[in-house]
Amino acid sequence: MDGDRLRRIGARGGHAGLILLFVVFSAFPFYWMLITMFKRESDLLRRTNNPFIYSEPPTLENLRVLFEDTLYGQWLLNTLFVGAVVVVITLLLALPAGYALARLAGRGGEQIGIAIFLTYLVPPTLLFIPMSRVIGDLGLQDSLWSLVLVYPSFTVPFCTWLLMGFFKAIPKDLEEAAMIDGHSRFGAFVKIVIPISVAGILTVIIFTLTLVMQEFVYALTFITAARNYTVSVGVPTFLVHGDVYFWGSLMAGCFIASVPIAILYNFFVDRFIAGFTVGAVK
Amino acid sequence: MSDSTVRAEPRPGAVADRARGSRLGFLLDEPRWLSVLMIGPAVLYIVLIVGFPFVLAILYAFSDVTVGSRSLDFVGLRNFTSVLATSKFQTALKNTFIFAIVSQILVMVLATILAIALTREFRGKWVVRLLLLFPWVAPISLGTIGWLWILDSTYSVINWTLEALGLIGPGDWFMWLGVPRLAMGSVITVHVWRILPLATVILLAGLTSIPHDIHDAAQVDGAGFWRHLFQVTVPLIRPIMLVAGLFGLVFAFTDMIVIFVLTRGGPYDTTQVLASLAFFTGIQGGDLAEGAAVALFLFPLLVAVAIGFLRAARRTEVT
Repeated sequence: MDGDRLRRIGARGGHAGLILLFVVFSAFPFYWMLITMFKRESDLLRRTNNPFIYSEPPTLENLRVLFEDTLYGQWLLNTLFVGAVVVVITLLLALPAGYALARLAGRGGEQIGIAIFLTYLVPPTLLFIPMSRVIGDLGLQDSLWSLVLVYPSFTVPFCTWLLMGFFKAIPKDLEEAAMIDGHSRFGAFVKIVIPISVAGILTVIIFTLTLVMQEFVYALTFITAARNYTVSVGVPTFLVHGDVYFWGSLMAGCFIASVPIAILYNFFVDRFIAGFTVGAVK
Repeated sequence: MSDSTVRAEPRPGAVADRARGSRLGFLLDEPRWLSVLMIGPAVLYIVLIVGFPFVLAILYAFSDVTVGSRSLDFVGLRNFTSVLATSKFQTALKNTFIFAIVSQILVMVLATILAIALTREFRGKWVVRLLLLFPWVAPISLGTIGWLWILDSTYSVINWTLEALGLIGPGDWFMWLGVPRLAMGSVITVHVWRILPLATVILLAGLTSIPHDIHDAAQVDGAGFWRHLFQVTVPLIRPIMLVAGLFGLVFAFTDMIVIFVLTRGGPYDTTQVLASLAFFTGIQGGDLAEGAAVALFLFPLLVAVAIGFLRAARRTEVT
């Protein structure tokens, strides 16, 4: 075996090792949730047990506790409800805005687009204090509708920006043909452009749902009754707050709410990145 | 060429459409009016839901409003001066900078290494990418609870492993979240864990956009790995590194979720940052005015980031 080949094998091994290190760092907490959620309490709480293996047979008891003795199922439903309504609002606002910015507003469209996108960067932690007052004055304190009202403040800017890029990539010929056929500009948008934009609309739906699932600060501020929590606030505040930590159920709750959406999201991540990089990549 | 000249031969029904509402038809066709109609609702919503509270945030910071009181009297800079004087605030300000800057440096270094490693093709790449993305996509608060269990004072798997390897004795388990320096290290690690995927995929997009012949040319010129990295690759992806860095900074400066879940600012406020202090003062403490004043200190940081972002966007437009 000559030195060159040896070096190549070494480089490949080093490469694989490096990737493995990063994968372990990123995925370990989720792997740990998965292991913990099927462990018996007595197994978990004996310090001498090897935590990487099941010293006692696995159990579904933690899942039963999570779904029967806590409001977890309700929190999931709340999250889905808020997510669904916010998706509708976001699409209604962002689809026309994204299209108009891409096609109609000319050179100014780009600048308005950037201005809209920048509002996405205004963080909840800057706004949640006055917002809590406004929500109170509207009588929406402790209601899921407060989240429905506020969440579009970050989904609309991001999705408008995303759709603007998406519409720019659609050839103009189709709409122009439709307008020759007598459709108005708006008619062409509704009847021709939207039906061929399924991919863009799906992307918006996925991102809106993930953003809604992730949101924490507003939900923590506006919602006080346990049964009105969304999942990202319910699990850490309600299941952790007591003196006793039900680690098995807790980890099950985290895993179930994290992993499916992460897998779904993975299919759309390239579009998301295209949005973030603002055309810095051609 | 304007739209009206394109429409040479309307289909039969179109004439009737037009006659039915010529004024509406005009609005739906004239690009300037139509764009106002289509962009307007989104802009209005954002102005109402972001702009209005933002103005309120500034008003509150100069007033004496609390959760209970209905009146709002202006007190000038009193909130700021009283906030600035507290050691709680000074610690939080210092912690915010340590937290944001240390974690962002780590993120950029690690993301660059990882992104370069990912430019090479290998089997199972999509699984690797999926696993690497998890921390970013999963709800932050829930991922952080996973860490809460990993870093638990009594049952930490890290401590167990260290003991099993004979590196520490049974009596010297680390209190990851209970000792000031360790706690800061822990929250920074978890924040890096969460932001790393975003920075990596952004940088990866930049790296894959570099044309192959540039790398080939460098190869032909005999550039070694490090020279290639610092004189070819990094300069080419600098604009996109800037984008990744700015987003990361915004998240790091304004985020409170990791800290809220892991330490609640403790022990002894050693991990308290501006965002979490604003929450504890304004919402849990009920002092809206002082909380707003604390939160407002985030604003200059954000303006700086926004300006940097706009510059980066403009520069890439020119090239």
